[in-house]
Amino acid sequence: MNDSAIQVDNIGKRYRLGASRAPGTIMLREAIAHLAGAPFRKLREAGRRLRSAPGTGSATPARRPDHVWALRNVSFTVPRGQILGIIGPNGAGKSTLLKILSRITEPTEGRVELHGRVGSLLEVGTGFHPELTGFENIYLSGALLGMRKAEIDRNLDEIVAFAEIEKFMDTPVKHYSSGMYVRLAFAVAAHLEPEILIVDEVLAVGDVSFQRKCLNKMEDVSQHGRTILFVSHNMQAITRLCERAILISHGGLQQDGPASETAGTYLFQSSSTPAERSWSDPMVAPGDDVVRLRSVRIRDEAGAGVESIDIRRLFGVELVFEVCGDAPSLVPSLTFHNESGTCVFLTQDLDPAWRGRPRPRGTFTSVAWIPGNLLSEGLLLISVSIGTPDPLKNHVYTRDAVALHIVDSFAPDSARGDWDGPLPGVIRPLLKWTTEAPDSWIAPKPAGANS
Amino acid sequence: MVGAQPDAASPPRLPTTVIEPSRGWVPLHLGELWEYREVLYYLVWRDIKVRYRQTAIGALWAVIQPLTTMVVFSVFLGGLAKVPSDGTPYPLFAFAALVPWAFFANGLTQSANSLVASGHLITKVYFPRLLVPLARVLSGLPDIGLSFLVLVALVGWYGELRLTASLLWLPLLALLALLTAFGVGLWLSALNVQYRDVQHAVPFLIQIWMFATPIVYPSSLLPEPWRTVYGLNPMVGVVEGFRWALLGSGRPPGPPLVVSSIAALVLLGSGAFFFRRVERTFADVV
Repeated sequence: MNDSAIQVDNIGKRYRLGASRAPGTIMLREAIAHLAGAPFRKLREAGRRLRSAPGTGSATPARRPDHVWALRNVSFTVPRGQILGIIGPNGAGKSTLLKILSRITEPTEGRVELHGRVGSLLEVGTGFHPELTGFENIYLSGALLGMRKAEIDRNLDEIVAFAEIEKFMDTPVKHYSSGMYVRLAFAVAAHLEPEILIVDEVLAVGDVSFQRKCLNKMEDVSQHGRTILFVSHNMQAITRLCERAILISHGGLQQDGPASETAGTYLFQSSSTPAERSWSDPMVAPGDDVVRLRSVRIRDEAGAGVESIDIRRLFGVELVFEVCGDAPSLVPSLTFHNESGTCVFLTQDLDPAWRGRPRPRGTFTSVAWIPGNLLSEGLLLISVSIGTPDPLKNHVYTRDAVALHIVDSFAPDSARGDWDGPLPGVIRPLLKWTTEAPDSWIAPKPAGANS
Repeated sequence: MVGAQPDAASPPRLPTTVIEPSRGWVPLHLGELWEYREVLYYLVWRDIKVRYRQTAIGALWAVIQPLTTMVVFSVFLGGLAKVPSDGTPYPLFAFAALVPWAFFANGLTQSANSLVASGHLITKVYFPRLLVPLARVLSGLPDIGLSFLVLVALVGWYGELRLTASLLWLPLLALLALLTAFGVGLWLSALNVQYRDVQHAVPFLIQIWMFATPIVYPSSLLPEPWRTVYGLNPMVGVVEGFRWALLGSGRPPGPPLVVSSIAALVLLGSGAFFFRRVERTFADVV
């Protein structure tokens, strides 16, 4: 019994460089020259084929420098009913992957098996014609996206209602505002009923409330056992919609795992600051003749190094430093900045064991613990300093030593609650609220149930 | 590139699609074309709807084009140059040929350019690419229908209208023109994706083809056996057939029409296989 919807086996796609020509395409001039030399070439090729072992044939064109692999050695399997997020920087090969899966272009190597009808949304308004009316475009686009006429007839009212533009359905879409256009286009797309749905970054357009409506609709769709591949640069959308995500970079599959982890890796790579840093040579390590920093890293409760952390979870920033001189006291401190450069907070080591006292020589490891449900999601850049307060002297200062991604997993037990839109603020503490209800009100029996 | 066949291993009614690189000649997958017939219907419907939208006289353009050509030919060739017309009035002689010819020439031009013009679709959604040139040729059918009505009216006005069984040949001859336009359109549209030279050559090709077809002159000017060889041009069979069926001029369809039909089928078959062979690079190149 085979329960996978999509099996991708070692696919690769090679493009010819320059003028975006695929392998095998040639200019007319070259083609004519090619034809003229054909008899000789056939002989040469036959000779080559005799000499080379079977299977090595594809190696010959790969060596040619005017070819580039947009995608190579990518394999994964998607079980039926899963929403798989596909993330990666621009030009990494995501679009090529989607085009292969939607049968728009052929892979150069490898094999894909798709179990079920496939619908793909690689753009907003596939097949829309500006001269046609809203109704006409619903039928045209619907047919191109793989809907039967009967299906469109059945869903027509719902599509029109979803698009919220009933009044303009008889107007050519060239007179639509871009918002109306997108709404109509997505309304058609949202009513596709294939077993496998492939969605490129189409949600990047449209206003926020409509985007949310679309996301909700996509979630509904997956509830019905449909498999969805979803490409986006919006990590919030990825972590919210997908349980699993793959990261494509440089034409290869870099990571395949839970969406929040993969999104964390991606976000992390797009920032240049690492999550862990160490200086093996004490002479180049930040510091002076009193104290030198040896390493900094972000860790979870269990002690494992991490690059990203769930917004609800506790994490530690671990400093290893070597005391090699005398000072009245040494206070390590950390400053947290967010991506836009705002200082979020500063924390210093106030442990009474060392506060105001000199430290013996040797290696110290200090961890500052930052509780879960405190900071909002995003990148945090952490600067490290170790100083003496009196007389004031800064021994170590490393700006943006390490970075960490706080990932919002859209769990209802975070400070996000049941809201799934954007949340402002550099911190997002989970606070206790108290309420004084009117005297006449009698609390329902199970406390905490929704009113 | 792709074969969609039901897979016994997966649950019932879930088609399995296998995507693999293809090499060399690939099958036509006519079954898939049938599966996508609704897409073809909507592509044709779109072309027809859009063609004359926002024009003042709309579909009249379909008639004006062959009609003015007929007038020009009648004045200069029929009137001044005294080109023979097999005993029928020259305007009828010319118009009976121009109606199928305009259908053929427009279908050919449209389909040759179809893939490049549909680049936005080809790079964004999958459907059998053969439908693109086919839809363009088919969308010319209302035009030929309309200009045919004008032709019938003109024949009646000249008092030459005869209701005979030979009229039944007309749909078949129109089909032959359609298949020829589609066959050549397949070759040219596929070539046009890679070599944009094609779109510059098409108007040229049509002009030359028109003179290689007995539109302004009767094929009776040619001696045998050249007339049969001449029939290798499928439009010769179509035009001669139209005149015979409608005006009773010339000879009934015979060996030249057989030659024309075979030539059209060869063009169509070879065009379809060539198209399928180069189809795999369309989305990358267009």
